[in-house]
Order: sequence, then structure tokens, then C-alpha cells
Amino acid sequence: MRSPFLRSFRIFFSALVLIGFFIVFSDFKNIIPTKYINILLYFQFVPSVIKFYDLRSIAAAGFIAVILLSLLSGRTYCSFLCPLGIGMDLFSRIGGLFKKKFRRFGFKKPHTIIRYSLLTASVIVVFIWGIYMLTLLDPYSIFGRFMTYFAKPVVILINNFVAGILHKFDVYTLDHITIKGFQLLSYSVPAAFFILIGTLSLTKGRLFCNMICPVGTLLGLLSKVSFLRIQFDESKCTRCGRCSVGCKSSCIDFLHYHVDVSRCVDCFNCIDICPDKALSYSPVKLKKKPHETDLDKRKFVAGSIMLLLGLPQIARSQEKTAPVPKKESTVKENKTSPVSPPGAGSITDFNRNCTACSLCITTCPNGVLQPALLQYGVTGIMQPVMDYHKSFCTFNCTKCTEVCPTYALSPLALEAKKLTQLGKVNFIKDNCIVKTEKTACGACSESCPTKAVYMIPYEGNLLIPETNVEICIGCGHCEFACPTRPYRAIYVDGNTVHQAAKKPENEQSEMEKPVEFPF
Amino acid sequence: MRRRDFLKKSAGAGLAAGAALSLGGYEKLWASSPGSAKYDMVALMGGQPEAMFDLGIQELGGMGAFVQKGQKVLIKPNIGWDVIPELAANTNPLLIKRIIEHCFKAGAKEVYVFDHTCDNWVNCYKNSGIEKAAKGAGAKVVPANSENYYQQIEIPGGVKLKSAKVHELLLSTDVFINVPILKDHNSTRMSCCLKNMMGVVWDRGYWHSNDLNQCIADYGLFEKKPALNIIDGYNVMVKHGPQGVSKEDVVQMKSQIITTDWVAGDAAAAKMLGVETEKIEYIPIAHKMGLGNMKLETLNIKRIKM
Repeated sequence: MRSPFLRSFRIFFSALVLIGFFIVFSDFKNIIPTKYINILLYFQFVPSVIKFYDLRSIAAAGFIAVILLSLLSGRTYCSFLCPLGIGMDLFSRIGGLFKKKFRRFGFKKPHTIIRYSLLTASVIVVFIWGIYMLTLLDPYSIFGRFMTYFAKPVVILINNFVAGILHKFDVYTLDHITIKGFQLLSYSVPAAFFILIGTLSLTKGRLFCNMICPVGTLLGLLSKVSFLRIQFDESKCTRCGRCSVGCKSSCIDFLHYHVDVSRCVDCFNCIDICPDKALSYSPVKLKKKPHETDLDKRKFVAGSIMLLLGLPQIARSQEKTAPVPKKESTVKENKTSPVSPPGAGSITDFNRNCTACSLCITTCPNGVLQPALLQYGVTGIMQPVMDYHKSFCTFNCTKCTEVCPTYALSPLALEAKKLTQLGKVNFIKDNCIVKTEKTACGACSESCPTKAVYMIPYEGNLLIPETNVEICIGCGHCEFACPTRPYRAIYVDGNTVHQAAKKPENEQSEMEKPVEFPF
Repeated sequence: MRRRDFLKKSAGAGLAAGAALSLGGYEKLWASSPGSAKYDMVALMGGQPEAMFDLGIQELGGMGAFVQKGQKVLIKPNIGWDVIPELAANTNPLLIKRIIEHCFKAGAKEVYVFDHTCDNWVNCYKNSGIEKAAKGAGAKVVPANSENYYQQIEIPGGVKLKSAKVHELLLSTDVFINVPILKDHNSTRMSCCLKNMMGVVWDRGYWHSNDLNQCIADYGLFEKKPALNIIDGYNVMVKHGPQGVSKEDVVQMKSQIITTDWVAGDAAAAKMLGVETEKIEYIPIAHKMGLGNMKLETLNIKRIKM
């Protein structure tokens, strides 16, 4: 096929996918139903592999489809389905607007040693150490973090700006949303990758995909035997070299009529560019060996690095501080384990399966999920952890378990979630307002959805909290609501393995329905 | 700034003077207000929420006695919790709808509804049924989930609560109608009129850590007071309040109290709940501060059984 329709179709399709992912990750109103999110996620390679390993079911076989697709058509995944790849194409175009040179690529040697080392290392590390390296390098997860850490706050800032204008006209269709932001250190890895990938894609097209991305390298290996590929018709080629210059994978060696299919992402730009219709996307024919050429390179300094670094600060500055009560609490909470999200099952299993794509973090309507720093140890960096100082887990919600593409958070029915104990409540009486100030409070107990925290008589007319760990589900609402600082008087200590909470028992009130006014 | 401070202090002094007046004098203070009526309180029992309100407001001279043509009205229900109406943690949506209808009938230009919720606000607004009911009646359902919507106010004479951040609509609307649901409360023992004000302020944690009962009473000093308090006593959560666990916590009392005096409203509500008024500490404190009258026997109460 030589039709320019190929390229148009690629651009159209990939734009849809990118917009879809953009909406899913910045959907701060939780409008998109989970089933649509899951369709997008189904074909994401690394999450699908991990989910399949857990489930061994066709419901998680998206990656098999991708493998078959690659054997048939080459690395079309990289151009059509990978949101990071599509995003890089967009960046590359932007780069071209800055400097035309950034869109003149030319054939380059493959970074064979680097890319195969990274692929091998990723696979080996997964088996002997953990998912850590994949967490860092999986393109979908990288994209998810970019969206969650950087793009979503911008979307919310825009929302707030528009909401503010509407508000002046007494319209409340949009509401102002407080951007809570993460701990500053959490931004380090995503920011480093954003600088790396941003620079590479602005100036050098798909170099990241062909040098670093383990999924790209793996699919590149499969593509070496793919049925369909870009090929030269030597009789038509005039060796003008435009295809090579326009190839963002730098994989066309026009002097030797050769396309390095392990790097070609099937963007079909070359077919479109070729004035002689010498390139076609067609069933495989045998090829000659490639030959190396070299072109000058120039480096580009991304002008927006400062903005990128400044963004977390803007986000964090929106969080206003609450006044501190007059007396400071004295007893430090003794947290032995972090609280992992619902559906995690156990922290070990969870750490093994989560690629830190951050979809749960961005989806959580309460913002209780925060990227971990070292709570789970070095290997669990950026994986979601429940932060009950930021927020609490809404009783009537299973959103995070619905969207997780790897099943690190496996689906929980709402009724099951309401009886899943993520951690256990601990009460520190010596920090409690009722004891230290001798005034009423009860913020913890009123927040508790199961009444695992309830009030018992204390001095005089006062009531003081008491806990029933058996029916506690560890949602953290008590810890969130507790007004004591710096230490809370009540907190949740995580369960390393989630447990079943007892269903709260409740007896019918003995109070009679009144027949007369009691006053 | 100094002059403003002076004026504020004078206003506070005026209030203190009002507090010093005898009970009779206190009633006269209310008598001069535009919302004056034959009764201090109308208590109803045995009907549906809407029917009870129709009858009750009529006894107080109709909504027109409180809402003038072209005015903006703020209705503040309790929407604090992410539960269904049957569990009675939030104000009955049918009642809210009917109140809004009365406001528009009286010529209100705009009616607003909000609450600073405890649970996730989107879920609360939705699952309480109030968002749908209020929008259906033509009101604007307004978010209160962000500090951006709040403005700093002073509370002259407050013992513990001397300032607060309140929702801007409380300041920009002309008429304020308080529509609490009567509930058990785990630490103050009852949530009703005065306690419902914790949903118009931003920082509730401050109240909790600085003598909750005193703060609840202190807030009552703030100049923007409800013209009407409509207590939803249709389904009443008598234990495990204010959130509740299940329907076993609820008794169907089919009652409603409408009053211009929120301390009296709270005192009557306490009787309904079967709790000694003295035990609900903010009520006697508010009474002593002159915010209202908890001595029900001195009030002119219209009791209606349907």
C-alpha cells in the first residue's frame, strides 16, 4: 500500500487514543465510566502482561493481541496505541515549529547495546528483584505519571480559572477544586523523565522508543519477522533521501534501500513524503544489509524546564494551612506499616504488581492516594499509598480497584470493600482534646462509617472515644478528622495483609415514635 | 480600619446589651424584625414533610413574611454525609424542595443551596437526593468544597470563636433559611439548628479543638442569622449520630418545627430526642449569651397534629 491514507489514518487514530488517555487521566470530575477506561487500558502492554500473570485469563490478554499485531504489522503499537509514543510525536512536531532541524532526522545507527541491555535488565530484574525497573521504564506508566503529576494540575488550574469567571456571573456549573499536590520529592522521578523524554522527543523524534523503552525494543524484535513492513521499490527510488530525513525513528537507510524494521514504528510518514512512490507498506520481501551513515546533531535546551519545576510549587501553594490548636499533642503515632489501597490484598503482592502508572491516584475522588516515597521501601517508590493526613477513603467507593490496569488493585465489590480492613485504628488518649483540653470533640467518631470509633462517658458531661478494632476498616476518616497537631490522637496502622472486618451489628432503637409533643 | 473596628465593637456591645435584656425585652427585639409573626414557634406532627411545611409556614404568615420580592435566599440543609435519605443523616430532600417552591412563590429572585460536607461532597449532594430535588425546584446548588468560596468574618463577643471563614453566599444573599435535620450527635449529643452552622464555615477542626460547645454558641453571635429555622424531624436518627450506621438508628417521628428562634428550636428538638437540654451544652451557653430563648414554657408555640 502506498496510499497517503495510511498516514492520515495513523494520525487520526492516534489522536483519538491520546485524547482518550488525556481525558481519562485528567477526568477530575470522574465522568468517564470505568468500562470505557478499561477498553483503553486493555491493550497497554506491560499492565496487560502483569494482569495476565495474575489472572491467566483472556480478560487480560491485551498484550497477546499486541504481540500478534506486531507479528503482522510491525511496531504499529508504538504509533497507534502507546500514549507516550503518540505524545512524543506531538512533541516532535512542536520541536519542528521551534527549529526545522529538529524535524530533519536522517539515518542513524541503532543503539543496539543500550536497548538490548535495558530490555534484558528489565526482564531479569522483574524476576529476581521486583517490578522496579519496569515501573520506571514502562511507557504507559511514564505517561500516566506525566498526566497525573503535571497535566492534571494544569487542567484543574484552567478549570478553576473558568469556574472563577462563571462564578462572577452566578453560574456554578464548574466548581473550584483545591490542588493538593504531592510531596515535593515525589516529583523528582517523573520530572527527570519529563526532561529526558521531553528533550529527546522535541529534538530527536522517537529516540527514546528506540534506545530506552523496553516495550519498543521487544516489539522491535518481533517486528524483525513481521509480515507487513515498509519496503523500497528500488526501480522507482531516485535516492533523494527525503524519506530518511523525515523518519523520526532514523531507521531508513535510503542509500541501501533498507528500513530497519526493529526501529520503524509504522508512522507512514515516509510513504507520504516519497515523491516517487518508491516506498510501500506491504508483505515482506528479502532485503539487503544496512549501512551506516552519520548526520550532525544539535542539542536543544527546553525553555519550559523552569515551568516544569515550578509547577509542583504552584500546585502546593494552593494548599492552605489550617490553624493549629493552642496546645500541641505530645505522643507520636506508632505506625508500623503503611496503608495500602483497597484491593491490594497484601503489601507484598501489591508492590510486586504495581507499575506506578498513577491512574488510581488521579482517579481517586477523595485524593487519599498519594505516591509513596519510601513507605514501601525503595522498590515501591511512586506506588500509591493511603495518606490519611491528606484525605480519607470514601466508604461508598471502589474506583481505584476498578481502573487498575495491572490488578495490583484487584476489583472489589462495594459490599466486600466495606468489610475489607486496610489497617487498624489506634487511639492515643494522651493526645485527645477531650483529655488534654477537657472539652468536647468527637471528630473521629462522627466520621467513622462503621462506628468502630464510638464515644463513652468521660469526666462530667464529656464523652471520649473508644475503639472496636474488629469492625474497623481502616478508611482513615478518623485520622483525617482528628484536629490535634503535630501528632494525631487517632490513626490507622496499615495491615501488611488486608483482613476481613466484622460487619457492624446494630440494634433497632428502643425509642418510641412520639404521639404527643414533649414540650 | 479603626473606625470599622469601632463599629464592629459597637455592634458587639449592642448585642451584649440585647443579651442583658430580660426575656420579655428579648421578645420585643424579634418583634421589630420583618419576619414577625403570631407565634415564636410552630411545631407539627403526623404529616408528610411538604404538607407539614405548607401548614406551618401559613401559621407564621406565609413565606412572604420572610422573603420579599426580588430577594436572594440561601437555604442551608444538612448534606453532611454520603448516605441515602432514609438513613436520616441529611435533611429530607422533599422538605428542601417545598421550601424552595415557597421562596419562589414569595417572589425570591434566586435560591441557593449548599453545605460544607464531611464526606466527599459530590457523593453527598447526589446520594442525599438534595441536589436533584433542589435543582428540580429551580434552586442553584452551589459547591462549598474549596476554601476559595469562603470569606473571613469577625465574631464580636465570641469567647473561643472570634473569627471564622464563612461561605460567601451567606454574606451576599438577603435571606438565610436554616434547615437542619434533628439528629443524635456523638459528642454534643444533638445536632440541630446551631450545630448546622458548622456547614457554613471552612475550618471545623478549629471548633473541635477549641471547645466545640462554646464555638457552636459563639458562632450564633455572627450578625447574619437565619430568618427561619425549619427543623426536619420526619425521620430522626436517635443514635450513632451524626452519620449513623443503618436504618436501625432511625425513628420515624413525622414531625417538624419552624421557628425564628434557633435556641428555642434546639431546646424543642432536644425534647423530641429525649435529651436533657442542659446536657447539650451549647444550648444553655447560647441562651445565656442572649442568642435565643431555651425556656419553651415562656414562648408562644403553636402545636399542630395532622
